[in-house]
Amino acid sequence: MNLRKYLKVYKKFLHTSLASELEYKTNILVDLITAILSLVGSIFLLSIFFQNSGYIGGWKFEQALIIQGIYTILNGITNTWFNPNLSEIVKHIREGTLDFVLLKPIDSQFFISFKKINPSGFLEIMLGFFLLFFCIRINQINLDLSFLTLSLITISCSICILYSLWFFISTTTIWFVKTWNAIEVLRSFLYIGRFPLSSFSFSLRILFSIFIPIAFITTIPSEVFLGLSQVWKILLELIVASIFVITSRKFWLFALKFYSSASS
Amino acid sequence: MISNLINRKLFTLLKVQYSNMLEYRVEIALWAISGIIPFFMLNIWTNNNLNESLNISDTFLSRYFLCAFFVRQFSVVWVVFSFEEDSLMGKVSPYLIQPLNPFFRYFAQHLAEQITRFPFALIIAFFFFIFNPESIWIPNLGILLLSIVSTFLSFLIQFLIQSIVACLCFWTEKASSIERLLFIPTLFLSGLLAPVVSFPAYVKSWIYLTPFPYLIDFPANLLSGNETNISGGLIMQILWIFILFPLFKKIWSEGTKKYTAMGS
Repeated sequence: MNLRKYLKVYKKFLHTSLASELEYKTNILVDLITAILSLVGSIFLLSIFFQNSGYIGGWKFEQALIIQGIYTILNGITNTWFNPNLSEIVKHIREGTLDFVLLKPIDSQFFISFKKINPSGFLEIMLGFFLLFFCIRINQINLDLSFLTLSLITISCSICILYSLWFFISTTTIWFVKTWNAIEVLRSFLYIGRFPLSSFSFSLRILFSIFIPIAFITTIPSEVFLGLSQVWKILLELIVASIFVITSRKFWLFALKFYSSASS
Repeated sequence: MISNLINRKLFTLLKVQYSNMLEYRVEIALWAISGIIPFFMLNIWTNNNLNESLNISDTFLSRYFLCAFFVRQFSVVWVVFSFEEDSLMGKVSPYLIQPLNPFFRYFAQHLAEQITRFPFALIIAFFFFIFNPESIWIPNLGILLLSIVSTFLSFLIQFLIQSIVACLCFWTEKASSIERLLFIPTLFLSGLLAPVVSFPAYVKSWIYLTPFPYLIDFPANLLSGNETNISGGLIMQILWIFILFPLFKKIWSEGTKKYTAMGS
């Protein structure tokens, strides 16, 4: 019953934000071109890396393309849901409008995480899927049930980790008010997700798997695609994802205790 | 007389903006951190020995990427985002009444931010040298001055391009998406992620005619003490400024006629 209420509310969210975003139709076209160009650019960069060496960190060019595909999908999801909503938190807190969110008879985290949607990200997600299908063909991957479930599980875990990272940084706004730049830092670190983890030196690998789990976000799902992934890695990703989701939730509830409204 | 007036105004603006920027030290420090992507790229290059077949030595590469980091730090431009916000909020109207082009204000803002950023960039460079002691070098005074000039010219080119895009706000309201589109070729072709020397021949044949390699690759090569065509590079930079400046003036005078004072 509760779930039905949330679904109903979400439908309304979708409706209102789509209506307001579709006002800027040329914007969506420009965003699509941006997404295509940025994919072309990263494949270009990858081809520079591979022009004199067959392998990077043990990955062939065709295999590294899978990472690009998964990154593009995740980036599309970030641009569709996380980015527009979580930058709104900063505004809510600075202007004190978070009061209105907290007063509503609905979970505040749900409200601020899903209120908005940016449809131009859909095109990026589709672009990523096209690339992935292309990769499945050139790498001759068998589409069987276990592969599909495993890749679905790992990608959803990646989405959870990504969401938690974004939400975590946005939550710190309650103390620091201006976290716009912290989001920029996260963005630039996430950029690393375009490359296989094994192409970095040991110290950076540690950094990217323990402190900022970028490794889990793209490398493990790509390994699942290639059938290289061990069971323990997938289990680890499941554990990391659930830790992240639970902590970000706890952190939000904790942070709310420190929320002192602004300008009212 | 006129230049004296502009100088005095610009100096006052700079002083105001500098004290303004000093308030946001943490944000600027974070912003400086978000520019460390070149170091991650360096890690991929050296860790996979990609440079060997290109005849680029490790020390050259680490110096190059450090210089690329520096050049990027002092040529970051965000005038579109400021101008878009100001124009949506109607803040541009009072600026237009003043006997000074509002872009001088943004220009002073950028310069002040660069001065504030300088110590943070030095700290990051210091850490870089701790990890890569073999790449320490001292450029001679002439080269240092020339590279400061060329970095400033690179900043000017980007500032002019973004100002032209910002003027599109008079027509479309959301010009920042066009800027995000333009940022993609800047990111991949300017030499921030890979030196232009390493680009395949089919790109190298035309890239030197575009403004991109003069934004980061040329000043970075100059500063790191590499063989570059110094006079040719500087001439191209100045040439691009001479092309862009009249374009900006034209679009500015057209745009102000279109201005409809939103939000006020």
